[in-house]
Amino acid sequence: MAAITRERQAPPGGFRRWWNRTLTLRTAWLYLAPAFIIMAVITFYPLFYEVWMSTTAYDVKNLRINAPAPPRADQSDACQSNLQGTCTWGLLENYHQIFTGDLPIAVANFSFWNVLAFNLVWTFTNVPVHVVIGVLIAVLLNVKGLWFKRFYRAIYILPIVLPSLVIAVVWRNMFDSEYGAINQLLSSLSHVFGGAPVALRWLDQVEPPISFLPLPLSYFALLITNIWLGWPFMTIVATGALQSIPADLYEAASIDGASPRQQFMSITVPLLRPAMIPAAVYGIVATFNLFNLIYLLSGGGPLRQTEILVTTAYRLVNEQRLYGVAASFSVIIFFVLLGLTLLTNRITKATERYDI
Amino acid sequence: MATSATALSNQPMRAKRPKPQLSYGRQILYQVMLLLIAFIVIFPILWVISLSLDPRNISRPTELTLIPPGASVKAYEKVLQQPTANPVSFGQLALNSLQLGAGVGIFSVLIGVSAAYVFSRFDIPGRRVLMLAVLTVLMLPSIGTIAPLFVLLNKIQIGATPADSLRNSLLGVGLSIISGALPFAIWNLKGYLDTIPRDLEEAGRIDGASHNQVFLSIILPLAVPALAVTGFLGFLTGWTEFALSWQFLTRPENFTLTMSLWNMTGQYASTTPWSEFSAMSLLVAAPVAVVYLALQKYIVSGLTLGSVK
Repeated sequence: MAAITRERQAPPGGFRRWWNRTLTLRTAWLYLAPAFIIMAVITFYPLFYEVWMSTTAYDVKNLRINAPAPPRADQSDACQSNLQGTCTWGLLENYHQIFTGDLPIAVANFSFWNVLAFNLVWTFTNVPVHVVIGVLIAVLLNVKGLWFKRFYRAIYILPIVLPSLVIAVVWRNMFDSEYGAINQLLSSLSHVFGGAPVALRWLDQVEPPISFLPLPLSYFALLITNIWLGWPFMTIVATGALQSIPADLYEAASIDGASPRQQFMSITVPLLRPAMIPAAVYGIVATFNLFNLIYLLSGGGPLRQTEILVTTAYRLVNEQRLYGVAASFSVIIFFVLLGLTLLTNRITKATERYDI
Repeated sequence: MATSATALSNQPMRAKRPKPQLSYGRQILYQVMLLLIAFIVIFPILWVISLSLDPRNISRPTELTLIPPGASVKAYEKVLQQPTANPVSFGQLALNSLQLGAGVGIFSVLIGVSAAYVFSRFDIPGRRVLMLAVLTVLMLPSIGTIAPLFVLLNKIQIGATPADSLRNSLLGVGLSIISGALPFAIWNLKGYLDTIPRDLEEAGRIDGASHNQVFLSIILPLAVPALAVTGFLGFLTGWTEFALSWQFLTRPENFTLTMSLWNMTGQYASTTPWSEFSAMSLLVAAPVAVVYLALQKYIVSGLTLGSVK
């Protein structure tokens, strides 16, 4: 109340009127200031620095305090002594080296294109499985008259609530060829049918298990783990959407003589779609960047066959210590993600136009 | 999307029509399927629990025993004393992880909520540009900025020797985590504030409340669930952070729980301390899993809300 009376008593002059008029604006900027000052320092500045770094041959030598500035990427010693002995790409030399695999330090089995291809295969084989399994289990759990629903729902939430890092290391140990639980479980199953003990080398068998698919066994280990990890989220989203579908629709359909299969295809699926598509987009981005699982479970192995973009970028910093190249690699990741986001947005928009 | 909040709460059935009961054959079929799924879900957890409690203190588990004969907490005792070969106690590791978690959670919510309020309510020039900036950063995975953060933090000396850089400290790791967690907190909180109806604020404004009063006594109390969830997700990010700490920290007294857990996983299976590793996994996972279970219905609706934008 006090504020109103004060404003009325003071007839606004020139400066005062401007001061009052910009009150909202000033408040807004004041409220934004803490977050944006901090983000300017610890988020945006490092990002711009990264873009600059990506044009240099930033190296361990340049890490020291007061160390000289790193040379341009195409003027470094490493560049002169690389396989071709010449650098022709100027500021973009790091990018050139990443795309050709001709890094300043020889890295075995390094191929950007293989990593990118595996990353895409990894993402687009995971998410559809998550969505399909998630929806099917949600539908099963939604059956009327089913017993112990509450019990099952309490158990099925577990993969979501456990930290993914712990899950990754636990599954890594479960896939151990000698002492791991998976082989032991398979062995006891095979024992029942009179078979030999199973000793699959899940994480380090190089030969692909399916001869015409160039995917190692560790890919399937990762896939199994990530399906275990990923479907409950989809089930939760689908359950929420299922419960908002009016029962009348099914009633009307069954009066019209639609079979349960027809009802599922023409009522359940289209009405689940608006909820599942955003969840799938979220899943695609999350799976594409699933660092913890891959780095801790398969370690990108064997022979870098299950490496994804983020784990490769991490190794460039952590193992090769090529900070400049790592910066370039991260810039490339950014553009790949931008493309992926635009693509998924386009798919989302195209499938959203749905007349119900 | 708000409906997903009730996803697991076992809604009462709105059975208006006379429903033909599920036949016993179908019921049994479904129960078998659901039990099989439940077994698959619970199997790794059961395996870890049984290994951690196994009184034989197994160094090389050669067969699957899901229910160990008897139980002992020896592995837990050993882990709580000193989990790895590094001279650092579980308490110290937990304290470091707790600092990272609490720091990230509290800081990102405190700083983020006022920015989220502006994004949600004020139509100021430049708002769209700033929101786009936040969204762009959100798109980048946290590993994407590890190179510049490492290099920049390494240049800031905070101790006597050159090795005492900000990079080699929990503070440096915390700042690096916040650089990614803050944009997420802003976006997540904005999504929630957008769902709060404006009527209350407008009533408050008519009654003469200032912007500060509206924010402090109308918006903040209404946003408590979102603040709690965003704070917890920030805590979770700090508590389970691995990549940055593994790259940045070199002193055992700064190590975190997740780093030690990875140390115990080992390169070769024959050197893995299986029982202790299992006990450690459970000790790292249990605290956050319990809180997550308590908050899950808010968290899931918040996540799906965020993905719709």
